Amino acid sequence: MLAEQDQFEAERSARMVKAVYVYEAPLRLWHWVNALAITVLAVTGYFIGLPLPSVPGEASEQFLMGYIRFAHFAAAYIFAIGFIGRIYWAIVGNHHARQIFILPVWNAKWWGEVFYELRWYLFLVKEPKKYVGHNPLAQLMMFLFFTIGAVYMICTGFALYGEGLGEGSWASQMFGWVISAVGGNSLQVHSWHRLGMWVTVSFVIVHVYAAIREDIMSRQSLISTMISGWRMFKD
Amino acid sequence: MTETFYEVLRRQGITRRSFLKFCSLTATSLGLGSAFAPKIAHALETKPRTPVLWLHGLECTCCSESFIRSAHPLTKDVVLSMLSLDYDDTLMAAAGHQAEAILEEVKAKYKGNYILAVEGNPPLNEDGMFCIQSGRPFVEKLKETAKDAKAIISWGSCASWGCVQAAKPNPTRATPVHKVIFDKPIIKVPGCPPIAEVMTAVVTYMLTFERLPELDRQGRPKMFYGQRIHDKCYRRPHFDAGQFVEQWDDDQARMGYCLYKMGCKGPTTYNACSTVRWNDGVSFPIQSGHGCIGCSEDGFWDKGSFYDRVTDIQQFGVESNADTVGATAAGVVGASIAAHAAVTALARARQKTGIDTPKGED
Repeated sequence: MLAEQDQFEAERSARMVKAVYVYEAPLRLWHWVNALAITVLAVTGYFIGLPLPSVPGEASEQFLMGYIRFAHFAAAYIFAIGFIGRIYWAIVGNHHARQIFILPVWNAKWWGEVFYELRWYLFLVKEPKKYVGHNPLAQLMMFLFFTIGAVYMICTGFALYGEGLGEGSWASQMFGWVISAVGGNSLQVHSWHRLGMWVTVSFVIVHVYAAIREDIMSRQSLISTMISGWRMFKD
Repeated sequence: MTETFYEVLRRQGITRRSFLKFCSLTATSLGLGSAFAPKIAHALETKPRTPVLWLHGLECTCCSESFIRSAHPLTKDVVLSMLSLDYDDTLMAAAGHQAEAILEEVKAKYKGNYILAVEGNPPLNEDGMFCIQSGRPFVEKLKETAKDAKAIISWGSCASWGCVQAAKPNPTRATPVHKVIFDKPIIKVPGCPPIAEVMTAVVTYMLTFERLPELDRQGRPKMFYGQRIHDKCYRRPHFDAGQFVEQWDDDQARMGYCLYKMGCKGPTTYNACSTVRWNDGVSFPIQSGHGCIGCSEDGFWDKGSFYDRVTDIQQFGVESNADTVGATAAGVVGASIAAHAAVTALARARQKTGIDTPKGED
């Protein structure tokens, strides 16, 4: 059973639709680059807060912490620039590309479907609904934990990065207000940024699980869709 | 006309040669370049002294102690002469009504033209009764003196942020100066105490150029608070190399490795300790083998242990840091998913084996 908008789209393209083109190439590329960046960011970020055991030898011959921080900052730039690119694609791409940025919060039917999905995950309903894009619950989660989360991590992260670049640098000019906003002591921003990392880790766990589970349970493709772009319906 | 700084110095037996050396030194420490040395000299030779009133609220006098130990002897002479300590109830010779009379006199005579330096802060609870001076709450004296001041210097972390007396639960409601006085330019010189040379240089700058030094977002002079301890730390190469002190008495500690893992707050502390250092440039905490505790940062008493890198977050209870909260959350999510997957698999297996499953309530 397809949701209304997707049904309309499906009917328009063919009578018996078995596959719909959902994710365009730039979006798919972004997804995987972004996934890699998040992985690098989480791992290096963890070791920036709690560094690895000391390396022996002369300081002039070692640059371990330097490389870890470099990887973190490089991945952060890729993540942030990718996010800007993703916003651009939300504007010029198809309507699925806008899903994680705009929630139909005034639509009562949409909320109804959020709760339907919730009941599906709680084993209270037998059959899942099928969606061409994100299901409403997934859309809500993506918005709360990814979109909001990414903005949060970019703001706190570049505020801290601006401290290293120094007063008056672009990062300090643009994001320095974050430090003032939490009371002026950037130690607080470090703590909140690290907490954001853990939220992201939790989100990734749920995201990967939900994708695999729905791929199996809801009789439609999810993982291969993010590779090929086509959503396949198995019945 | 009141005498100039230069006249005061000459009267105190300071040679012109020493005076010019001081001018060059001050220009350098203010980051102004050699071209500014003659300008400073000219200003000190021609301008009448600007009086400075120095008030003490809730404090421990460590700022005054630091200030009078300014390493360069001439700096001390100059600044003490500059201030002439028209009013400083800790250091002045006068006492009682005589002292209060000076305060009134300066306020009247130099209306709108004196600098108010505040050490410590006013407590606001119980109508300010926790700090009484001259028979009335300090907050009243502060407001009255601030009314006709040209600018205010907040000495130390007490006046700038609140410091230990404002730490949780702050029973006296000790409040930093900028949250009591709103209509005057305030320059914050935080630290517990601030570095003596920083204090004297800030005063010299303000008296010489008759304006505030350039301030950062939080109102601190950029020239001394523009960089973190970490940015200029001589142990920084060990940080970049990934060489850390793991325990207080280990070999790495003896070899002078980075104190990051021992909770050094250098990476989040804006001050000049790692460049100007203390006691005539002898040393500073990190050089002595102890991490920075971040004493010039806002609320440093309430930001968890001095010895943790990932510090406690107050909002999540007494002993919870980002890792405790976050790893717990991630663990709960992971366990829930494992359980969810198990239930899913079980439900499917039962369907396939043809065992009746209870009907869901749609």
